[in-house]
Amino acid sequence: MTTTPPPPGRSRSPLLASPRRRAQLFRRVQYVVLVVAVVLLVALSDWGQIRRAFFNTEVAAAQFPDVVTVALANTVLYTVLGFAFGLALGLVLALMRLSSVGPYRWIATLYVEFFRGLPALLVFIAIGNGIPLAFGLSLNRYVVVMLALGLVGAAYISETIRAGIQAVPKGQVEAARSLGMSQTRAMVTIVIPQAFRIILPPLTNELIMLTKDSSLAYLLGSTLLQQELAQFGRQALNQYQSLTPVLVAGLCYLIITVPLGLLVRRLETRTARSR
Amino acid sequence: MTTTAPAGTGDVVVLDGLVKRFGDVEVLRGIDLRVRRGEVVCVIGPSGSGKSTLLRCVNLLEEPSGGTVLVRGTDVTDPDCDIDAVRRHVGMVFQSFNLFPHLSVLENCTVAQRKVAKVGKAEAEERARANLARVGLAERADAHPAQLSGGQQQRVAIARALSMEPDLMLFDEPTSALDPELVGDVLAVMRDLADEGMTMLVVTHEMSFARQVADRVVFMDGGVVVEEGPPAQVIGAPRQARTRDFLDRVLNPAAERGQG
Repeated sequence: MTTTPPPPGRSRSPLLASPRRRAQLFRRVQYVVLVVAVVLLVALSDWGQIRRAFFNTEVAAAQFPDVVTVALANTVLYTVLGFAFGLALGLVLALMRLSSVGPYRWIATLYVEFFRGLPALLVFIAIGNGIPLAFGLSLNRYVVVMLALGLVGAAYISETIRAGIQAVPKGQVEAARSLGMSQTRAMVTIVIPQAFRIILPPLTNELIMLTKDSSLAYLLGSTLLQQELAQFGRQALNQYQSLTPVLVAGLCYLIITVPLGLLVRRLETRTARSR
Repeated sequence: MTTTAPAGTGDVVVLDGLVKRFGDVEVLRGIDLRVRRGEVVCVIGPSGSGKSTLLRCVNLLEEPSGGTVLVRGTDVTDPDCDIDAVRRHVGMVFQSFNLFPHLSVLENCTVAQRKVAKVGKAEAEERARANLARVGLAERADAHPAQLSGGQQQRVAIARALSMEPDLMLFDEPTSALDPELVGDVLAVMRDLADEGMTMLVVTHEMSFARQVADRVVFMDGGVVVEEGPPAQVIGAPRQARTRDFLDRVLNPAAERGQG
C-alpha cells in the first residue's frame, strides 16, 4: 500500500479517462473501422467485372448524344410542366387553407392529406391508364405528366407556401392595411413576395423531388423520342446488356439535382445572413 | 373653421363611449376623446392600460366592441364604411417600424401611392423623395430597410406614412423599440411635423416630448381616461393620485418607493 493514489480529478485507466480523452479514443476507433472496411471492399471486389458492367466506354459513348438531347431534355420538360402546374395549384391550395371561409380550408386540408398520402406511381396509373379507360378519353402524354406530377407536387408545395405566408410577421399586413391597401392587395404586394423569399430553399427541394418523380412517366409507355432518362437507361440496359447506360442516366439526373442542391445551400446562407 | 368637413367641427377624431373586449377582458371601458384639426394629443399611461388598443381602434386595426369612432366625420364602426378609403388619409407609425423588407426605402414610400392612390410613378417618387428629405434620409432612398439603423427605419416609416398625404398621423410608441441614442432623431422629426400643423395622436412614454410638443395629454389607466388636459397640468401638476403615481415611477425610475 505504498503507491500514491492519483490526484483527485485524474484517473489512469483509459476507460476511466476524462471525457475528452474518451472522445479522442472513440474518434480513433472510428477511423480504424473506416480504414478496415475500405481495405476489405477493395480486396474482395472483382474490379474487372465492375469496370465492364459500369464503365464500358463503348457503351457509354453510344448513349450520346441522345441521352442528352432526348432523354435529359424530356426529363427537364416533364419536370417543368409538373412544377409549373404544382406551383399554381399549390398557391391556390395554400390560400384556401388560410381562408376565413371554413369549407375552403376543409377542402384544401382534405386535398393535401389525400395526395400527400398516395404514392406518385399510383397517381400516374390513375391518370395515365385509369382515366382513359374509364372515360374513353385519350389524354395527351404531356398533359398526363403535368397533371400527375403537379397534383402530387401541389400537396407538398401548398404546405410549404402556407408555412412561408405564416412566417411573414403580422405587422407587415397591418402596415400595408394602414396605408389603405385591401386585404387582397396586401397579400399580393406585401405578403406573398416575402413568403416566396422565405420558401425559396424548400421550394427548390420540391423541384428536385419532382425531377426524380418525372421518371414515373416510363409507365405511360413512349416512342423513342418521348423517353426520359430512367426509361432511356432501362431500354439501353436491355439493348447492351450493360449497367453503363443506367450509370450515364443517373449522372444526367445529378447534372440537374446537384446544382439545384448547391443553389438551395446558397439561398439558405443568404437568408440566414439577412436575418 | 375653414374646413368644410361634415358635422361642422374641426374634429378629426371623435371617440364616443369606445369599448373594446378581448374575450372576457375589457381593455377599453368607455373612452370619450376628441382630436381637433392641427392638434397634437399624447396618450400616456402604464403598459396594459389600453393606449395602443385605443390607437388601433381609430384606424380599425382592432374592431371596437362598442361605441362609435368618427374619423374625419366618417363612422368607421359602420359596416358599410369603406375603411380602406379612411385609412388612406390616416398615417400610422408602429413601434416595430414594419417597413417592407423586400422593397427599397424609396419603394416603401411609393408602393401605397402607386397601388392604392393610383399616383403616377414620377409623381409618387417625387413625393417620396420629398418626404425622405423631410426626415433627413434623402440619400438613403435606394437602400433596403435591413441596411438602416432602427432610428433611420422609423424615420422611413414616418416618410412612408406621410407620402400618402394623411390628415392624421397615429404614432404607436414610435421610440420604444429604439436604442436610447437613436430616440432623439425620431422625436425631432415628429416635433417638426407637429410644428407644420399635422394632426397627431401619439401613444408614448417620452414625457419630455409630451410636455414640449403636445397640445393635450391624456392619461389612461385600466381602460379609462383618468385625466386629460394641457401637458403643464397633466404632467406638471396632476390632480389624480393614479396619474401622480405613474409619473413618479416614470420620471424617477431608480427612486426608492414604499411597499404596497
